[in-house]
Amino acid sequence: MSAALDIKPYVDVRDRGGSAQPMLIVRDLKRHFRVKGAGKGAVVRAVDGISFTLFKGETLGVVGESGCGKSTLARVLLHLVEPDSGELVFDGDAVAAPDGISVAELRRQVQMVFQDSYSSLNPRMPVQDSVAFGPMVNGRSKSESRRLAQEILIKVGLRPDLFGPRYPHELSGGQKQRVNIARALAMNPRMVILDEAVSALDKSVEAQVLNLLRELKRTLNLTYLFISHDLNVVRYISDRVLVMYLGQVVELGPASLVFSEARHPYTQALLGSRLSMDARQRVDAPPLVGDPPSPINPPSGCRFRTRCPNAEGVCEAKMPELGAWDGRDSHVAACHMQDPASGHSKAGLH
Amino acid sequence: MSDQAILSAPGAAAEYDSAPATKVRGYWQSVAYRLSHDWITLIFGAVVLVIILIAVFAPLLAPFDPYAQSIVGRLKPMGWRGHPLGTDELGRDMLSRLIYGGRISLIMGLAPVAIAVMIGGTLGVIGGFAGKVANTAIMRTMDVFYAFPSILLAVAISGAMGGGIFNGIISLSLVFIPAMCRVAETATSQVKNLDYIEAARASGAGTFAIIRHHVLGNVLGPVFIYASSLVSVSILLASGLSFLGLGVQPPEPDWGLMLSTLRQSIYVDPLGCAMPGIAIFITSICFNLVSDGVRAAMDVRI
Repeated sequence: MSAALDIKPYVDVRDRGGSAQPMLIVRDLKRHFRVKGAGKGAVVRAVDGISFTLFKGETLGVVGESGCGKSTLARVLLHLVEPDSGELVFDGDAVAAPDGISVAELRRQVQMVFQDSYSSLNPRMPVQDSVAFGPMVNGRSKSESRRLAQEILIKVGLRPDLFGPRYPHELSGGQKQRVNIARALAMNPRMVILDEAVSALDKSVEAQVLNLLRELKRTLNLTYLFISHDLNVVRYISDRVLVMYLGQVVELGPASLVFSEARHPYTQALLGSRLSMDARQRVDAPPLVGDPPSPINPPSGCRFRTRCPNAEGVCEAKMPELGAWDGRDSHVAACHMQDPASGHSKAGLH
Repeated sequence: MSDQAILSAPGAAAEYDSAPATKVRGYWQSVAYRLSHDWITLIFGAVVLVIILIAVFAPLLAPFDPYAQSIVGRLKPMGWRGHPLGTDELGRDMLSRLIYGGRISLIMGLAPVAIAVMIGGTLGVIGGFAGKVANTAIMRTMDVFYAFPSILLAVAISGAMGGGIFNGIISLSLVFIPAMCRVAETATSQVKNLDYIEAARASGAGTFAIIRHHVLGNVLGPVFIYASSLVSVSILLASGLSFLGLGVQPPEPDWGLMLSTLRQSIYVDPLGCAMPGIAIFITSICFNLVSDGVRAAMDVRI
């Protein structure tokens, strides 16, 4: 185990499996949406066979272009959207299985922060009531819930006497997002899914909120699934990174490795698309050409081959497997070039 | 002060403990505050209140028995033998009949709307929140009623069921339910897809709790605004039904019915003939203006 990923001992009465038991195991999760008017049986493969493991106390960053299924993945994990198939194991218990934990119990332990801080707060409700709502519907008394809400507002850096009684339209974007975080934390979750939680904020506020998230993670022993399209933000906050393309995982590994030695051509292109502050490093050629193909009829074989500079016959014929994954230091990519036996001419060069 | 400073301020928690109980001005309180600064709405609201009070205390206020007829004193002008507004075609006191008529007109204005809010609003929220089959079943049924012009529908239902106040209220309710249902359904389905409903679901709230805390507050506004504008329509439609002989039956004093029976005397006593119409006009315009004011006051959203 590398020093960077060494997690301090985790103490939580709800911790059933111990620190070695991953917080969440996702196996071959699928969710397809039927589309009307695109031919019979046409489906959008929003989440198409995703598997990963989320360890306790870590932050797993999920990156990918718009429309690659990041948000659907988040909703499927919480069963806000029912998965078509696949398996979710939360702290050793299968979710929604007869001998596992119920979806309701999962939602008590996993919370979500949404991107749109405007539409994720009820405009007709003072924000302290929005924060207190979760505890209240879970059996706490009204006064207790409100007291809890005020405590949590302090934790996210909002004075409850000043901000608690306000309505969402009386708050700035950053303050609203703090309220959203407070709302998620009011449930005292063990894991928080942050779906583009800072994407709508401007840079200085984004930095404040990111620091707040780190601080809260440390003090409250949280595990984050951090979804974003912003690579710099993901690099800043994540321990490990998962790269998605058209509903599938193309690369998964420790953040430092993914950012320094990206293995999948898509990840390399994404990293190449970042703007550099250094004028000498400017590039004229776009790192990625074209739009992602339609998820309704994805390309055969490797889904990235239509935009990949290294595409060959084998990429069209066969879908590459995400390599053997063994533990949190493992760095894998779903690319034929990673597999010496695939027959790709550049295979094994890495 | 920066947020970070507050977070790390040593006295933050203590400050909270010693802070006075926070005063929360709820949504309805802020609506009331806005209304209290809207003089036009307040004045017309006062007129509405006066009309309601007159209707409630009609027996105390009416100078004569509204049913007492007089063969000799028919269609007399204002002030004739102590009748402040004269008499009608059967010699009954006009003012007393107008005062008593207000009772029925207000009931006919408010009751169908209240019934429609309850039934149509509930159906709309259910249809909007449930979606899919339930929504289609409810809304397509409502569309059937929508196919008829409202006055025609009211006349048809009243005609089929017969006259009378009770049947009139039922027929007007049936006219308003589809529209009310549609307003509630639209508002609900708009709210339903917002993230805070999803967040509420993620916090483990049941459908009932979500509807009660997050949907109703956002649906009640549009529904209430629409309902208040329907009151004047309802008064007019009820008068129309009575005028056609399908609503209130003689000798009950009702503005619409009075208009109908007095119309034969329009060349003899045009002013007396116009009086029930003036009463309908004043009542409905007051309700309309109050409804407009309430709509403006409730539009607090950003």
